[in-house]
Amino acid sequence: MVLNNIEELLERYENGETTLHEEQQLKDYFSQETVAPHLEVYKPMFAYFLQNQQEAYAKDLPLKPNRTFNYRWISAAAVVLIMLGIYLNQKPSKCEENLVGTFCEPQEAFNEVSKSLAMISNHFNKGVSTVNYLEEVNKGTGTLNYLNEIENSTRIIFKTNQ
Amino acid sequence: MTQKEFLNIVMPFKDKVFRLAKRLLVSTEEAEDATQEVLLKLWKNKTKIKAYKNVEAFSMTMTKNFCFDKLKSKQAQNLKIVHSNYEEKNTPLQKQVELNDSVDWVEKIIEELPEQQKLIIQLRDIEEYDFDEIAEMLNMKNTAVRVALSRARKTIRERLTNTHNYGIK
Repeated sequence: MVLNNIEELLERYENGETTLHEEQQLKDYFSQETVAPHLEVYKPMFAYFLQNQQEAYAKDLPLKPNRTFNYRWISAAAVVLIMLGIYLNQKPSKCEENLVGTFCEPQEAFNEVSKSLAMISNHFNKGVSTVNYLEEVNKGTGTLNYLNEIENSTRIIFKTNQ
Repeated sequence: MTQKEFLNIVMPFKDKVFRLAKRLLVSTEEAEDATQEVLLKLWKNKTKIKAYKNVEAFSMTMTKNFCFDKLKSKQAQNLKIVHSNYEEKNTPLQKQVELNDSVDWVEKIIEELPEQQKLIIQLRDIEEYDFDEIAEMLNMKNTAVRVALSRARKTIRERLTNTHNYGIK
């Protein structure tokens, strides 16, 4: 290859004006064993470029086939879970007999309630019956009315004295 | 889309994604992780893959953004000392000896370029994309790509000339 041509190419190369084809020519030229001594500097540069084109990616690619998870199913499952939870919560929880005043059987609870209500009315009646003694007082005051009779009779007596 | 179809699409450019990631992140392990991340993201969105005009360019853009994010989060964390690039930055003796090889100098010089120039050198001189593709990937104007590329190439040549002349190390 004509040296002039190479020098001209190099100048355009440094100005970023060469085509890819021309750059390939330069690479070819500088990969020769011998180059013009004053162009020796360029040799490592083009050698480096060529050498670096060879480097390859050696690692494996862990491509997992179609692991596109459908997130709609997660929401569906969540809804089912929530519904199930609510449903299970609504069922009466296990009855604890030992809690004070708690009964598991409705009949038993009813009996107990009516028993205590009867007791309340019993005591109430007792209270009311003691209040009945007040009638004796009324009776007493009723007998006091006889005093009026006495007054009547004394008035009659005094009348006769006048 | 089956795994096989997906791999057929991805295989041709997975190495390019890896090399681009490595250019930006430096460490091979991190570049591998980034590549895996990018490809898995593509796989996850495989239903949309047909809608992309240019899957390859799209992936390169994704890689670029991903790596920038990584670099940014690292800077924010300020964990320089436990940086996983630590060993590589610290250039062990072995590496220093190797650096005598001027090809490795090129790598070092490119590493010191600004991020955008790194990207463009990678995409143009190594992956050999044309300017329109690069402009699309980097969301830049065609002319801006050329200017940055020209700057990067000149910088590399100048630094190489310096090391050549002064015979560093």
